[in-house]
Amino acid sequence: MRTLVRLVRLARPPLGRLLLSVLLGAAAVLAGVGLMTLAGYLISRCAQHPPVLSLTVVIVGVRAFGVARPVARYAERLVSHDLAFRVLARTRVAAVRLLAVRLPDRAGRDRDGDLLARLVGDIDATQNLFLRGLSPPLVALVSGAASVVAAALLLPSAGLVLAAGLLAGGVLVPALAAAAGRSGRRRAAVRAELTAELVELLGGAPELVVHGADRAALDRVERLDGELVRLGRRDAVAAGLVEGLALLVSGLTVAGVLATCLHAAGDGRLDPVLVAAVTLLAIAAFEAVVPLPATALVLRATLESGRRLLELVDRPPAVRDPAVPAALPAALPAAGSAAGSAAGSAAGSAAGPLVLDGVHVRPDDSDGWGLRGADLSLAPGRRLALLGRSGSGKTTIAELLVRFLDPDGGRVRLAGADLRTLAQRDLRARVTLDRQDAYLFASTIRENVRLARPGADDAAVEAALRRAGLGDWVAGLPAGLDTPVGEDGAAVSGGERRRLALARAFLADTPVLVLDEPTAHLDRPAATALMTDLMSATDDRAVLLITHRSEEAAHTDGVLRLRRGRIVAEPIRGG
Amino acid sequence: MRALDPRLLRRTRAARVALGVDVVLGLAASACVLGQAVVVAALVAGAFDGRPVAEQGRLLAVLVGLVVARAAFAGSVESVGRWAAGRVMSDLRRALVRHRLRGAGSGAGSRADSNAGSRAGSRADSNADSRADSNAGSRADSNAGSSAGSGAGSGASGNARGGRAGGSAGSGAGGSARGGGAAPGVPVESAEIATAAVAGVDALETYLARYLPQVVLAVAVPVAVLAVTLAIDPTSAAIMLVTLPAIPVLMALVGRFSEERARARWQALSRLSNHVLDVVRGLPTLRAYNRAEAQADLVGASAEQYRLTTMQVLRVSFLSGAVLDLAATIGTALVAVILGVRVIDGDLGLQAALTVLLLTPELYAPIRSLGAQYHASVDGLAAAERILDLLGPEAAPAEATGRCPDWREIRLTGVTVARPGRSGPVLHELDLRLRRGEVVALVGPSGVGKSTVAAVLLGLCRPDRGAVTVDGHDLDTLDPDWWHRQVGWLPQRPTMFRGTIRDNIALGDPHASPQRVAEAARLAGVDGFVAELRLGYDTRIGAGGRGLSAGEQRRVALARALLRDAPLLVLDEPTANLDPETAAVVCDAIGRVAAGRAVLVIEHRPDLVPADRRVQLRPAEVPDESGAAEAAVPETPVPDQAAAVR
Repeated sequence: MRTLVRLVRLARPPLGRLLLSVLLGAAAVLAGVGLMTLAGYLISRCAQHPPVLSLTVVIVGVRAFGVARPVARYAERLVSHDLAFRVLARTRVAAVRLLAVRLPDRAGRDRDGDLLARLVGDIDATQNLFLRGLSPPLVALVSGAASVVAAALLLPSAGLVLAAGLLAGGVLVPALAAAAGRSGRRRAAVRAELTAELVELLGGAPELVVHGADRAALDRVERLDGELVRLGRRDAVAAGLVEGLALLVSGLTVAGVLATCLHAAGDGRLDPVLVAAVTLLAIAAFEAVVPLPATALVLRATLESGRRLLELVDRPPAVRDPAVPAALPAALPAAGSAAGSAAGSAAGSAAGPLVLDGVHVRPDDSDGWGLRGADLSLAPGRRLALLGRSGSGKTTIAELLVRFLDPDGGRVRLAGADLRTLAQRDLRARVTLDRQDAYLFASTIRENVRLARPGADDAAVEAALRRAGLGDWVAGLPAGLDTPVGEDGAAVSGGERRRLALARAFLADTPVLVLDEPTAHLDRPAATALMTDLMSATDDRAVLLITHRSEEAAHTDGVLRLRRGRIVAEPIRGG
Repeated sequence: MRALDPRLLRRTRAARVALGVDVVLGLAASACVLGQAVVVAALVAGAFDGRPVAEQGRLLAVLVGLVVARAAFAGSVESVGRWAAGRVMSDLRRALVRHRLRGAGSGAGSRADSNAGSRAGSRADSNADSRADSNAGSRADSNAGSSAGSGAGSGASGNARGGRAGGSAGSGAGGSARGGGAAPGVPVESAEIATAAVAGVDALETYLARYLPQVVLAVAVPVAVLAVTLAIDPTSAAIMLVTLPAIPVLMALVGRFSEERARARWQALSRLSNHVLDVVRGLPTLRAYNRAEAQADLVGASAEQYRLTTMQVLRVSFLSGAVLDLAATIGTALVAVILGVRVIDGDLGLQAALTVLLLTPELYAPIRSLGAQYHASVDGLAAAERILDLLGPEAAPAEATGRCPDWREIRLTGVTVARPGRSGPVLHELDLRLRRGEVVALVGPSGVGKSTVAAVLLGLCRPDRGAVTVDGHDLDTLDPDWWHRQVGWLPQRPTMFRGTIRDNIALGDPHASPQRVAEAARLAGVDGFVAELRLGYDTRIGAGGRGLSAGEQRRVALARALLRDAPLLVLDEPTANLDPETAAVVCDAIGRVAAGRAVLVIEHRPDLVPADRRVQLRPAEVPDESGAAEAAVPETPVPDQAAAVR
C-alpha cells in the first residue's frame, strides 16, 4: 500500500483526468447494463401485447444505450491512454533525475546491463498502474454501486443478492488470484536462472562438450526446466480455480437474483414483467468485475516493479552538494576559459594539486580490497600513471577524484579545498573523468563528442577528434560527424569507441584529466598507438593515467602502483 | 508468422491428448452456457406466465447445476490447457538444448567455425523483427484489453522520429539487438536465443493453452448456437446466419489495418524505451560531464512529444474498436427491438424471444476471443519460430563407439572444409600430421582457417572432404566422449562459466585435487594475478562475477586445458593478450608439458612458442585448372629443421 502511494506520488497523475477516465469507464459499463435491462423489459412488456407506440420511449432508450456504450468506451480509452502516457513521461523524468545522483554506485549497478534494462522496464511498467491497475477497480466500484442501487430500486432483496455477488466477484476472487500469483516471483527467479544457464550452455557448448562438462550442464538446465514446468503446473491449477470460482460467483449470483425475483413475483412484490429486466441487469453488471482478477495480477506485478524502482531510488545518494559551496581558486580555471596555458607548470603551485590524503574506502564487494590509506598527489601539468590489476581499486580512485563517492576516511582535495565543500558541477568543470566504460549514446559522432561541451561548434569537435587520432577516420566516413555510432557504440570498433570517448574528454578541455583504462579491450598495437596519440595530445594538462599495463607507464612522469588498497611509488621500468 | 505453424503443431505431439481433452472440456463449458441461456429464459417466461415458484424449483436447480458445471469445465479448460502448454514448452526448450550440444559435438554449433555465426547472420533481420513483434504483441495486449480488432496504438513509423529528442546525445536509434541485456563478453546471439527459449517460449502459453483450443471453439460454438436457435425460431437463425460472417470480416479488415499501424506505434514506444535505457546506461558518463539534468529534461520532452503524436493516432485507431463495439451493441438493440415487435405480433413466444436474446452474444464471443488470443500469442509465436528455425530437421546422433588407446599419431588427409556464406572453402586439401612428443605450430594470418583446423581435430567440425585418422582409425568411428577425453583445448575465445576461478579451471575434471588445480594454474601463469585477489581462487567470475581481463581469461582457460592431462593439446593462440613476461611463462609451460603429448599451437606471431615444426597455413583458394593452389606448404618434418623454417 505504501508502495502504491509512493508510486502515485512519483507519477503525479492529473487527478481530474483520472476521475474523468473512471467516470467514462463506469458510464460504458452502465450503458451496457441499461441496454440489457431495457431489452429484457422491452421483450417482456411486448408479451403483454401493448400498442407499439406506448413502447417508443423504451425502444429509444435501448437504442440510446446501444450507442452510448461504444461512445463512452471510446472516450474512456482515449482519456485513460493519454493519462498512462502522461504518467509514463513524468515517471521517466522523475526516475532519471533520481537515478542521476545515484549512479554509479559502489555496487556497480551502472555496469549491470541486465539490471538497468529491468529498471527501465520497471519504469515503463508504471504506465500500467492507472490503465490496468487502478482504473478497473474504481470503474467496478462506481458501476457496481450504481447497478446495485438500480436493482434495489426494482427489488431491494435482488439488490442485496447482487451486492453480495459483486463483492465476492470483485474482492474475493481477485484476492485469490493475487494470492495464487505469488508464485510469480519464484517463477521469475527460476526463469532468470535458467536463462543464465542457457546463455552459458549455448555460448560455451563446444567447450562444455570437449571438457565432458555437457552432461552436468544439461542436467542443470533440465532440472531448472523441470522446476519451471512444476511451478507452471501449480499456476495452471491456481488459474483454473480462479477462473472457475469467478464463473461460479457470477453464475450463482444471477441464479440467486433470478430466484429472488421469482419469489417476489410469486408474492406480488415484483411485477412479473420486470423479472427479465432485473435478471439481465445482474448479468450485465458483472462485466465490470470480470477484468478484476487479471487486474490484481497486474497491480501485483506493477507494485513489484515499483518496489524495485523505489528501492534503488531510496538509497541515499553517495554524495551531496554542500549547502554553501566553496569557491575554487581563480588560478584553477574552469573548462574552456583559457585552459591549457593557465594550468602550465609555471602556474603549478598557484593552481594547486589534486590530492588523496590517507584515503580509506571500505571494500564494496566480497572480493575487492577497497582503499586502506591511499595517498596520491597530482600536481598541475604532471602526468602520473597508476598501475594495478583489475579489482585493485583503481576505478574507486578515479571516482573519488570526480566525487562520485566520498572516502570513508581521509580527504580528497583540489587546490587545497576538500571536495566535499565544492559544488559537484564546479568540480567536474575542472576535473574530467574518462571512465573505463565511457558510454557512447545511440546518436551521431558529433552529439557524442559534443556532450562534453554542448555549445561546441563542428570545428571544435573536429579538433578534439584529431587530437584523439580520429581525424582521418572521421574525414573518411561518408556521413562524417553525422555517422551514427550505434547503441553503446555498437557500430564502431573498440578502438574507435575508446578514441571517441577520449575526444569527448579533450573537448571538455579541463585542466585535470583522469583516464581510467583508456586502452582496456584494445589489442597491443592499438593500445600503443592510442597511448602515443594520447600523450602528445594532453599537452600541459595534469593527467592521471590509470592502467593495468605497466608498459604504458613509460609515457608518464611518474609511476605509482595500487596494491592491496595502498598506493606505492614504483621506479619507471627500463629507464 | 503463421497462426498455425505445422512445425510447431508437430511439436505439440506429446501434449496432443491433453489438448484434445482441453477442447472437449471447452465444448462442454460452452454447452453449459447455451443451456444456461435456455433455462434462464424458461424461468423468466415461467414467472411471467404466473407459474408457481414451487414448480420452477426444479428448473432453478438445473440452472445452479449448469452454473456449477460450467465453472468446473471452464476452470479445467484453463488448468488443462496450461498444463499441456507447460509440457510442450519444456519439450521445445529441451530439444533446443540437446540440439545445440549435439551440434557442438558434430561441428554444427561450434563457435570455432563460422557455421553458427553465418546462420546467426542470416537470421539477424528476422530476429530484430521478432523482437519488435514481441514488444508490439505484449504491449498491445496489455493496453488494448481484449477487443481483438482494435489496435491499441498505431501510426506511421515516421512519427517515431518526432518522439525523439532532436539534437540530444541520447536520441534513440533503437532496435539494436543488444538491448542492454547481454552481459559483457557473452555473445549476443546466445543471450538472445536463451531469452527466446525461456521468456519467449513461456509466452507460448497463451497460444497453446488458449488459442489452439479456441480455434475449435470458434467454429463449434457458433454452429451450436445456430442449431439451438434454429430449433427455437428459424427466422432468428436465418438473421444470425446472415450477420455471422460480418463480424470476422469486419474484424479481419480492421485488424489488418490497425495491426500494422499498431505495430509501428509500439515499435516507436519500445524505441522510446530504448532511449531511456540508453540514457540510464550512460548516466555516469552524463554525470561526469554535468549533463545528467539536461538529459532528464530531454527524456521528458521526448516522452511528451511521443504522447502527443500517439494520441493523434489513437484517436483514429480506437475508432475501429469503437465500430466493432457499436456493431455489437446496436446489433443487440436491434435484435431486441425486432424480437419485441414479433412478440407483440404474436409471431414469437416470450421464452423463445428471451432465449434468442441471451444466445445472440454467444454467437460472436468465441470469434472475438479468438482474435484477442491470437494477438496475445504473437509474442510466443515469434519466439517459437526463432527456436524452430534453429532446430532444423532432426538428425539422429551418430553412435560411434570405437576407441584407440595409446594412439601415436593423428593425420589429416586432404581435409576440405567449406562454410556457407564464404565463397571458397575455409580449408582446402589440407594435410597435417601430428605425433605424440612433438609441438607443431600452426601459423598464418587471421581468417585463414587455423581455428577450423582445431575444430576438425577436436571432432567439432566434420570435414566436407578428406579424412581425420587416429593411428589409422577414422575419427568418425571413434566414441566422441572418449576422444574428447584425449584432448586439452584452449579455444580462441575461451568462455568463463559462472563460478569461482577454481571451478573454471576444474571444468573438465570437477573432482581434481586442489594440488592438481594449483599446479595447472601455476603452469598457466594464473597464480600471479590470483595472488592479488582477496578471495584468491574462490573469486567468482563469469556472468555476474568479477570480470577478468582477456589475458587473465586466457590463462584460466589454459590452466583448464592443462588440467585435462590429455595426450593431445590444442592451444589456440595461448599468448594472445598476454604481456611479454607472462607470455614467456606460458611458452615455457607449454614446452614442459609437451613431453609425450601431441601439441598443436596456433599462433599468428610465428616466433613465440618453441615448436618442433611449423606449418604455415595460407588462404585456401578454389583450385584453378592447374591445381596449383595449396592450402598448406609442405611440412618441415624433421625437428631440427624447425630453426631453418623460423
